Amino acid sequence: MAWEAVIGLECHVQLRTRTKMFCGCPVAYGSEPNTNVCPVCLGLPGALPRTNAAALAFALRLGVALGCTIRAESVFARKNYFYPDMPKNYQITQYERTLCEGGALPLAREGGGRAIALTRIHCEEDAGKSFHPERQGDRRWSRVDLNRAGVPLLELVTEPVLRSPAECAAFLTELRRLVRWLGVSDGDMEKGQLRCDANVSLRPTGSTTLGTKTELKNLNSIKGVERGVAAEIARQTALLDAGERVRQATLLYDADHERLAVMRMKEHAHDYRYFPDPDLPVLRVSEAQRAEATAASPELPWAREARYRDALELPAYDAAVLTESRDLGDYYEACVPPGEPKLASNWVMTEVMRVLKTRDWSVAEWAARVPAPRLRELLARVAARELPGPVAKQVFAWFLEQDGSVAELLERHGVRVAGGDEELLPIVRAVLDENPGPVAQVLAGRDATFGFLVGQAMKKSGGQAVPQVLQRLLREELAARTPRP
Amino acid sequence: MSGPAPWRLSAREVAAAVRDGSLSPGDAADAGFAGPGARFEGEVHALLASDASARKAAAARVPRDGVLAGVPVLLKDNLCTVDHPTTCGSRILEGWRSPYDATVVRRLREAGAVVVGKGNMDEFAMGSSTEWSAFGPTRNPYDPSRVPGGSSGGPAAAVAYGLVPVALGSDTGGSVRQPAAFCGVYGLKPTYGRLSRYGLVAFGSSLDQVGVFARHVGDVAEVYRAVAGSDPFDASMLEGPAPDVSGWAAGVRGLRFGWPANLWREGVDGAIVAALERAASWLERAGATRVPFEFLPGAFAVAAYYLLATAEASSNLARFDGVRYGLRMRSDELATLYTRTRGAGFGPEVRRRILLGTYALSAGYHDAFYLKAQRARTRIAHEYAAAFARCDWMLMPVTPSLPFRLGEKTADPLAMYLSDVFTIGANLAGIPGLSVPMGLEASGLPVSVQLVGPADAEPVLLRAARALEAEGDERNIPPGHEKEFAWPGKR
Amino acid sequence: MAIDRAEAARIAELARLDLPESELDRVAAQLSQVLDFVARLDELDLEGLEPTAFAPPHAALRADLPDGRTLEPGAATASAPEAEFGYFIVPPVVENLEP
Repeated sequence: MAWEAVIGLECHVQLRTRTKMFCGCPVAYGSEPNTNVCPVCLGLPGALPRTNAAALAFALRLGVALGCTIRAESVFARKNYFYPDMPKNYQITQYERTLCEGGALPLAREGGGRAIALTRIHCEEDAGKSFHPERQGDRRWSRVDLNRAGVPLLELVTEPVLRSPAECAAFLTELRRLVRWLGVSDGDMEKGQLRCDANVSLRPTGSTTLGTKTELKNLNSIKGVERGVAAEIARQTALLDAGERVRQATLLYDADHERLAVMRMKEHAHDYRYFPDPDLPVLRVSEAQRAEATAASPELPWAREARYRDALELPAYDAAVLTESRDLGDYYEACVPPGEPKLASNWVMTEVMRVLKTRDWSVAEWAARVPAPRLRELLARVAARELPGPVAKQVFAWFLEQDGSVAELLERHGVRVAGGDEELLPIVRAVLDENPGPVAQVLAGRDATFGFLVGQAMKKSGGQAVPQVLQRLLREELAARTPRP
Repeated sequence: MSGPAPWRLSAREVAAAVRDGSLSPGDAADAGFAGPGARFEGEVHALLASDASARKAAAARVPRDGVLAGVPVLLKDNLCTVDHPTTCGSRILEGWRSPYDATVVRRLREAGAVVVGKGNMDEFAMGSSTEWSAFGPTRNPYDPSRVPGGSSGGPAAAVAYGLVPVALGSDTGGSVRQPAAFCGVYGLKPTYGRLSRYGLVAFGSSLDQVGVFARHVGDVAEVYRAVAGSDPFDASMLEGPAPDVSGWAAGVRGLRFGWPANLWREGVDGAIVAALERAASWLERAGATRVPFEFLPGAFAVAAYYLLATAEASSNLARFDGVRYGLRMRSDELATLYTRTRGAGFGPEVRRRILLGTYALSAGYHDAFYLKAQRARTRIAHEYAAAFARCDWMLMPVTPSLPFRLGEKTADPLAMYLSDVFTIGANLAGIPGLSVPMGLEASGLPVSVQLVGPADAEPVLLRAARALEAEGDERNIPPGHEKEFAWPGKR
Repeated sequence: MAIDRAEAARIAELARLDLPESELDRVAAQLSQVLDFVARLDELDLEGLEPTAFAPPHAALRADLPDGRTLEPGAATASAPEAEFGYFIVPPVVENLEP
């Protein structure tokens, strides 16, 4: 029988607020253990939470971008369970009345182009970290660091509508681009800023009922999600093909060994005893706040990608690369000379991105060095055929180290650009006069020799001529010398 | 200085003497320990911790111009302090020292008060007799065979026997008002959201309020003024300034008090009923009008309370697990580390309530218990609102009985819970209640009445209490100590 | 409403409380007694009433700024029963994996 996978994802997005969800401790990665903590996030007796306004603003931004319904009143609840990295032994989260409901994330064209429906988005606090057990003789122990405890998280839950591992990967890729685009998270999966669990079940292709689902945890990279889900689909397929039953279970995906392990669960492990947190007031979102978040919503990455393709007529690949981040897209747009989107795309995708890569710079760092208008001026002169390629590249290199406009840099370095016809025409004529043999070959139809003449002319110009102009003048002069039949 | 010994002074008198230089903060802080403390503390056991060097250091830092300059205060041991341990009367927190002061404690210190120690309490404020303290019970200073009430029994007893003029407790279901009544002192449970809970170790978060003990109405007002008001660290507080209580002596002429006599038609001690009649007549004499009506019996409130408070407590007390602070019972396994630590660290009443609360929230019972209790709570709040449409405050008992004997109710949890039948309603409705001593009854035990008002009615409750105080005679005199305990009744 | 021994044991496990076998019956009986008392809530007319879930909520949110409460390094673990190199130490935290 043919089986169809039904997959739902639960993603956790760590918000890039300055302070934690319910206290003023810094949100920082890589600090000394237990140094970014206070009575609140340590769960000391008597401490009380207070909600971070920026976390709510970020949540609204994401909710609006995804077209969610924003609840005017949502409620923080306590999810009760014991775990050493959960200092209060309950997590403040949202349960029945969550901040956002519904909405959808449209996948990029190569991700299948479907819009993936969301169930909800809610706000909660992150847990700390407990580390793998250590051993010394008979003694075994784990270390616990609570720096991460209380960092604001958004949990985003999809409907069970994803159909393949590739689609899961596309979803996460798109989500990561979006949260970065909106500035709500750095979305670095290695740092745990974006994490994902998956619910996977199989059913006979074409069926509308749902099979028994399993939960996959620890999918902490986009590859991990793709491979973990694929492994689980394979495992369930094998079971079903063998006529066996899939048992409800929680599995861990071990990315290092690319294998799944089933977690043992105690019978009552899942009685979380949710109830509204009496320490926190109802989370109110006014109509004005909602309107403001909607008005402030930027052009979204998928919309911009489509615009680059359709309005700017960029190839799909270029449109995707340039909308990888909002900074890059914004920078790109700011350096497009009139009517030259593809020229700018080429330069940004090759020259600019090469520097970003080799210097490990952010777009912002690059833009601080080379503001977009500066590059636009250079590209405009390239577009107007006023600069030969090698000169333009040289100017680009100078941009990195020196201040000044294109003209100033050329002046400073004593580079003259021989651009005008009156200046180049004598050179072209001289070259033709000095090379009667090749001229005759070209005139006889051997166009390969034309390049030789261009090279000679370029040499004579001291490398300062714009090749396109030289070529045009050479063609015109050659045409003039063609013997009339 | 001439006049009464410093430990006999009211908080306002101590502060005035410290401000004018006639009394040093150090002497003021030590006075209670040298005098009545030396005589009674051994028998009463009101204190859990009292660090003389911390007291001395605090006295040395007192701002001399503070409204409570040099006033010694005792804090219930569930208020976090940096200079004394905070144990909540529990083995699980034995010796734990908070790295921060509760907001109300910080405000007391800023006003010049000197924290002289921590008062005994039922473990995690769960109890009505202070017998559930892991560190031994407190006894009633008027009769050591009887309980001082609870859960704030230590602070109430200490104020009664003269260790300090004022103290702070906490009131989740009557834990300030009931011990105040049993010890013959004033005990205010303020409107929910007017005193910060930051640094008050939570029991039932939606019910807990810090409360004030004092021997004089004016002192209650002064301490309330110093500690009330919003706090950025507590998101459950009311907005705007706390009500102004400076008019506490303005009298009650033209005001109306509710008289829900159906509540004490049966099951209430005759001495308490007599005290209610006496209080009503004094209030009438002072110009207030009695408005009789029927009111919802308190048993419903008790029922709702014991589901809600325990549900919240089961979650609030989950953090005591032997990982980050407090007691740890060693184990090689995490699961048994938790169960052993909590099993050994919590006493029987706390365990019972955690179990009850866990049950009330657990899958399958959440709607039948927790949700129903929350709806009952709404109904009870409506009942109070309807009553306060007809009066400015209600007069009612604090407790059904006079102080009971040690051991009398420990074997019967429900009987103990029912001793809060008149106090719990105010916690459910988030409204203020004030316990007012009405002197000693024939056998020499204190007898008190309760004033309950709508939200932010503290000014009115204090005016009514002052009217009763002004009518009263010398009282609060433990048998055998008449000379020591000659509190000035009228001032 | 009666709570039996097994139910008492289940709740104790959920609450992570060690409850000696010998106490189970007594605790179950006490809890049952309280639940019987609580049943009187059924006598109250609760028709159309919303649950009170929390006290009157008015508090504004917190600005995303440090509030001066972050503890000095070392202070967090100072009162821990067991700590090492700044970490809290607990018995091994293991995901229970089926062999």
